[in-house]
Amino acid sequence: MTSKKEVISIFVDNQANVLTRVVSLFGRRGFNIDSLTVSATNDPALSRITVVFDGTEQSLAQIITQTEKLENVRAIFPLKKEDSLFRELLLVKIAVTKEDRSAIKEIVEIYRGKIVDLSKTSMIIELTGETSKIDGFMKMIDCYNIVEVCRTGITAMERGWEEKE
Amino acid sequence: MKLTGSQVIAEILLEHKVDTVFGYPGGAALNVYDALYEYKDQIRHIMTAHEQGAAHAADGYARSTGRTGVVFATSGPGATNLVTGIATAFMDSIPMVAITSNVPNSQIGKDAFQEVSITGVTMPVTKHNFFVNKIEMLPKALHDAFRIAESGRRGPVLVDITKDVTAAKIDYKPGNYQSKPAEVARPTEKELKKVADLINGARRPIIYFGGGVAAGEAGLQLRELMKRADIPATYTMMAAGVIGYDDPRNIGLLGMHGTIAANRAVDKADLLLAFGTRFSDRVALNPKKFAKKATKVQVDIDKAEINKNVHVDYAVVSDIGEFLNGLLPLIEKNEHPSWVKEVTEMKKTTGDVKQGDSDLHPSEVITSICDLTDKETIYVTDVGQHQMWAAQYLKHKNTHSFITSGGLGTMGFGYGAAIGAQIGNPNKRVIHITGDGSFHMNLNEACTAVSEKLPIISIIMNNRVLGMVYQWQTVFYDGRYSSTTPERKTDFVKVIEGFGGTGYRAENPEQFREVFKKALQQEGPVWIDCKIGREERVLPMIPGGGTVEDMIIG
Repeated sequence: MTSKKEVISIFVDNQANVLTRVVSLFGRRGFNIDSLTVSATNDPALSRITVVFDGTEQSLAQIITQTEKLENVRAIFPLKKEDSLFRELLLVKIAVTKEDRSAIKEIVEIYRGKIVDLSKTSMIIELTGETSKIDGFMKMIDCYNIVEVCRTGITAMERGWEEKE
Repeated sequence: MKLTGSQVIAEILLEHKVDTVFGYPGGAALNVYDALYEYKDQIRHIMTAHEQGAAHAADGYARSTGRTGVVFATSGPGATNLVTGIATAFMDSIPMVAITSNVPNSQIGKDAFQEVSITGVTMPVTKHNFFVNKIEMLPKALHDAFRIAESGRRGPVLVDITKDVTAAKIDYKPGNYQSKPAEVARPTEKELKKVADLINGARRPIIYFGGGVAAGEAGLQLRELMKRADIPATYTMMAAGVIGYDDPRNIGLLGMHGTIAANRAVDKADLLLAFGTRFSDRVALNPKKFAKKATKVQVDIDKAEINKNVHVDYAVVSDIGEFLNGLLPLIEKNEHPSWVKEVTEMKKTTGDVKQGDSDLHPSEVITSICDLTDKETIYVTDVGQHQMWAAQYLKHKNTHSFITSGGLGTMGFGYGAAIGAQIGNPNKRVIHITGDGSFHMNLNEACTAVSEKLPIISIIMNNRVLGMVYQWQTVFYDGRYSSTTPERKTDFVKVIEGFGGTGYRAENPEQFREVFKKALQQEGPVWIDCKIGREERVLPMIPGGGTVEDMIIG
């Protein structure tokens, strides 16, 4: 069975240690997490976890049914690429000379990023988008002196909305 | 009514009909134990020699009574000593509630004396756990603990309570708790019809069932299905006793040390009905080749067990009792004379094997025990060769009468579990079958058996080696006996006498029968040191990852 990147969304009780329970389950069942984001939702009682991991169809089913059994998990579902929005946020700090500045600015504009911090010797760029866009941007700037990178990992949502009864 | 946290614990135990608990006191647990003193007329507390023994006792109590086992321990080492017992219960899906005390909340996280984060430690081996550091959280956490332990696929839950909470006061009115009937997974009509069609159309069907059938109390329905559709059945160790040993369609234990008949039948079957079982690596040794000719149907209460180890063709997520109740009316009376004959003929070729130079063989010991005890007897084992001999040779008749650590394989489980079983079943005979290796781990619980006047008979299969590992070293490691021949000189008779119990020795079958009869007359614990040959092996045997083709028979 071929493995591919799977993205799943998990709604959990907004309580202490719940993240540990989910992550520890992934660890002990042998699933490697590529990225993980956790955030509050519009319901203060719930948090949302988005997990990306390398899996097969069978391992995806296994991890979903195992995670479902956790007492603090309210809902869990895989997000299919075609029906979902995947976004990542990048912050990257580049050590720059005066000469490089305008060339970098041009690349940032093409990618619709923002320069959010500037000093005589450095700049910080902010960029959001799909993983492939962030990867593409990183390739474009890898000839410069990158000193720090921070990526949030994927956060994701299904497109459309059906009112539930 | 204003109650302290500790009184709330006692009241909630009573609300859940708990009248017996096991445990060991300590500093952080002082308030809790003070409440247990106050409630001692309603809640019997059995103090063990070691918290591990208490955890195994709560487990043995649960396995033998079907009720939730409850164990108490103090913070730090008290709590960590429970871990093996909790993990044992977790692997075998046994309902247990462990209540630990922790240091006061003001000291949490400061590496206080006897502080440990037991919720962190037990996260992977509990269904759920609670850290209670506010009195308001306590009632719900305790009620939820029982609900979670007892619902769906059962298992252990731990509630860790800081010492300040055990003293704090809260308004609590006992008796208001109403348990919601747990949601039971049931099959659909379509699922029942599909499985019934497969059964009605099969030519070489076989049932392979596990602990789920015991936990679901579905033995009667299973026997009815075997009879009506004329299907032979094999079981895992967790389900020994669910069908009687003398049932003509019972072909015995499956897997690594299962019968030749069971392993061959599964290999030849055209329909495999896996009921309440999880295709563990001790049964489906080679998951790709297990029951390779069969259409595989799996029925289990836990959705996560479907396709986990072995890919099945059809699966139903359901309580097994509900499933069989729905299925039986759809099953046609059927006969598979040549298939059943073929399978049961194979069963007859599985004889007792005697090796070693001793005058006393394990099969003789176990056969004598069966002859001299009544059919209500509860057998408890430790882990190793003696456990497999017990699983193979005991004449199992009743569900919940064979208590053994299946999934975790916990050496040292037996004596604590036997104590729990005897406390839970004061009118039944409890026989503890152990080996000298396992027994050395937790024989300290003899003091508990003496204090509580428990007439548990421990049968020590004493081969002076760590038998199971020794056997593997013989077969797979050219007899390089690394750390399995400890040359211990333990005199078990003197040891139990030192504890205040009775000890006997047996070196041949006649002697064994004679001392066993004497043991049955004693009022406290008895140990019988049985001299077994060290070359005695557990057979048949299929090496890990192997198939029926790799079976070692003699």
